[in-house]
Amino acid sequence: MSAITVPPSSDRASTWDRVRTYRPPNRYLPIIATAALFLGLFGVGGMRYDGLTDPQVLMSLLIDNAFLIVLGVGMTFVILTGGIDLSVGSVVALSTMIAAKTLELGWSPYASMAAVLATGTLLGLLMGLLIHYFDIQPFIATLAGLFLARGITYLISVESISIKDPTFTELAFRTVYIGDYYIRWTAIIALATVAVAAYVLARTRFGRTVYAIGGNEASAMLMGLRVAATKVGVYVISGFCAALAGLLFSLYILSGNSLHAIGMELDAIAAVVIGGTLLTGGRGYVLGSLLGVLVLGIIKTLISFDGTLSSYWIRIITGVLLLAFVIVQRFATRRRA
Amino acid sequence: MTQMRTQPETVSPPGAETQPVIEMRDISITFGAVRALDGVSVRLFPGEVHALMGENGAGKSTLIKALTGVYTIDSGVITIGGEQHEFHSPAASQAAGISTVYQEVNLVPNLTVAENMLLGREPRRFGSINVREMNRRARRTLLHLGIDIDPRTVLDEHPIAVQQLVAIARAVDVEAKVLILDEPTSSLDADEVEKLFTVMRRLRDEGVAIVFVSHFLDQIYEIADRMTILRNGRLVEERMVADTTQLELVRLMIGRELEVLDRLDRAAPQTDAGSGTPLLKAVGLGRKNTLEATDLELFEGEVVGIAGLLGSGRTELARLLFGADTADSGELAVRSHRRRLRSPRHAIDRNIAFSSEDRKAEGVVGDLTVADNMLLALQASRGWLRPIPQATRTRLVKDYIEALDIRPADPNALMRNLSGGNQQKVLLARWLITEPEILILDEPTRGIDIGAKAQIQAKVAELAAQGLSVVFISAELEEVLRLSDRLVVMRDRRKIHEQTNDDVSVRDVLEIIAGEAREGETRA
Repeated sequence: MSAITVPPSSDRASTWDRVRTYRPPNRYLPIIATAALFLGLFGVGGMRYDGLTDPQVLMSLLIDNAFLIVLGVGMTFVILTGGIDLSVGSVVALSTMIAAKTLELGWSPYASMAAVLATGTLLGLLMGLLIHYFDIQPFIATLAGLFLARGITYLISVESISIKDPTFTELAFRTVYIGDYYIRWTAIIALATVAVAAYVLARTRFGRTVYAIGGNEASAMLMGLRVAATKVGVYVISGFCAALAGLLFSLYILSGNSLHAIGMELDAIAAVVIGGTLLTGGRGYVLGSLLGVLVLGIIKTLISFDGTLSSYWIRIITGVLLLAFVIVQRFATRRRA
Repeated sequence: MTQMRTQPETVSPPGAETQPVIEMRDISITFGAVRALDGVSVRLFPGEVHALMGENGAGKSTLIKALTGVYTIDSGVITIGGEQHEFHSPAASQAAGISTVYQEVNLVPNLTVAENMLLGREPRRFGSINVREMNRRARRTLLHLGIDIDPRTVLDEHPIAVQQLVAIARAVDVEAKVLILDEPTSSLDADEVEKLFTVMRRLRDEGVAIVFVSHFLDQIYEIADRMTILRNGRLVEERMVADTTQLELVRLMIGRELEVLDRLDRAAPQTDAGSGTPLLKAVGLGRKNTLEATDLELFEGEVVGIAGLLGSGRTELARLLFGADTADSGELAVRSHRRRLRSPRHAIDRNIAFSSEDRKAEGVVGDLTVADNMLLALQASRGWLRPIPQATRTRLVKDYIEALDIRPADPNALMRNLSGGNQQKVLLARWLITEPEILILDEPTRGIDIGAKAQIQAKVAELAAQGLSVVFISAELEEVLRLSDRLVVMRDRRKIHEQTNDDVSVRDVLEIIAGEAREGETRA
């Protein structure tokens, strides 16, 4: 409606006309749709269930989904180039396991974190090199990564290892108060990741090259852009994000377990797609992926508030939403062609 | 500020006060056994539009790729401003001031106009892209070229023509000395071409040397000052456009076919065109930006030859007749039934067969055997549920290998190991096996040796005598004239002439194509 502020201008009629006929650019439509969906779900939920309108619910949403937000950020980079990264769920599990195991062995918590981040980044680098220099499809290369990371996790331990390190538990439970409401560090780290990623994508040559590769890789090459470095780079970023998400997840769940995060890569992909990023690459924003995660989160919250619906409804609704968004995108892109 | 140009400011004659920006001397490039370029020399002067002319395979694109550093030259010298250069990569060529805009727009559709113009060299401040400065710089360049679009808009919101202009703007932003435009007009309509030409003139007046490749003769005559004509990888001549008639140009491009082919005893035209009902009748068949409304009739047992230069619309017409592209105007009737051919499948069902000009991409399946390649179309028309009995397969394949003298005469040979001529024969067999009533052949003899050429021609004549209707398309006028009963001449995406083929000479056709039956030297 008239939420758009218009600078005062002498010709009122045309100002009004501009407000009335304002249409956001096409490229923002998917993200606006996702935001509307989120607000709609939040509004409907607020009317049906008392307590859902409490801002703390929103805060909890961020806290509970911090790891998925970070995964979504990494996945957005990859999908923007037209690729896919199936390994991230396994890398999350591997990260929790490395953290738990190294802490159990008595490493300092910081060394443990560094080991986790280094492992994830290295895995991402390996897959990126395979994909670019051996021209292996991202689907296959990262599928191999999925099995490899999960396998290593089992290799480290088939048993669940709990995390009791004081630094970890301190980080996990320390809260930051904003007025009457609280948020945890994990959520703040996730939001910071989103902010940094948004800046990199919008304002650096690396970021613009990511979009250019997704738009037309051959053209990007002919334009003299650094295609190789960028393509490998997005998998490195995704690997790093997966490891960071793994750390956040181990803070959330305080254990390392080879059964953690099975299928989480699919949640991440779903969030990115619902957030309006085109699977063929070139179009999308990390902010959309954040909204995508929140949509998935609010559905989960609504179902738990309701109490009568079983949790498998989360899966069904996610599936329906995913399908709906892909179809909407198909129409949006076809019109433009 | 720039006054309208009335006459091309007389381009400096060779060797006069102006030095060429680029001189390519005795350039040769060999691929395997094929000499793609054989001692070709080209000079580019500042402030001229230089047209590179020649039919398919003449060596235009090889020459361009030598200049842009995509191919490395085997021998010859490239000098820029008197200095000798050797390009081993596109980047090296770009650094020397040579920018190229290719036929298909090589930009990124999902980013803005400004981003596309400046990708990879965006103005930055403290490491982050200065969007405002980027838009300002893009707007300045666009305005300078007289292109009135908002640089903040996303590229694919604009029509192809504008995208093409943006590609040029990107090339210009690097201060190119030489701008190569490789068929930039092939998908533009008349207004859009005019816009492009305005930009080209402006750049030329600023002293940029522009290399222009186009198959549209009218465009060459409108915009180009000088031209270099190539044929079969060799330099034919360098000419001033103003001193060359279109007739001369066409003759220089096509050349005389001196090869002696077995004269075919051409049977007198079997049908009097116009009698009876045509087997195939197209009325006003056309497609936007591809082919203007065209009428065509084809009678039983008749060979209609389609002559015209590359880009004249000859292939486009064939594709519409076969349903490979969908017509957006006009009607097509097969045996007086109106038909909409929405896909090749429909056409095959109506007993129409089409052998594409692009043998490699649209015909040959290299990793299958000769027999498999031959039976593809028949199997497709039967549907996958009704396999062809083994005995029939063997017989059909054996018959056609013999009938067309395919070598090696081995049904199990891999298709990719056959020579071009033999591959073409297999493709011909593929369609003959389906027993079509109408056979459309697009350049069936291109790039194959003389023996195979003669055999294919003989087979076509024989089939027509048996009642098959053929649409025969070829760049070689002699061949079209030798085979066809009726002749259709195309130019600039439309039919410009049609007549019964009685004693039409190559010269007559050349004159029709050149569009001016002017008195010239009689030397043919």
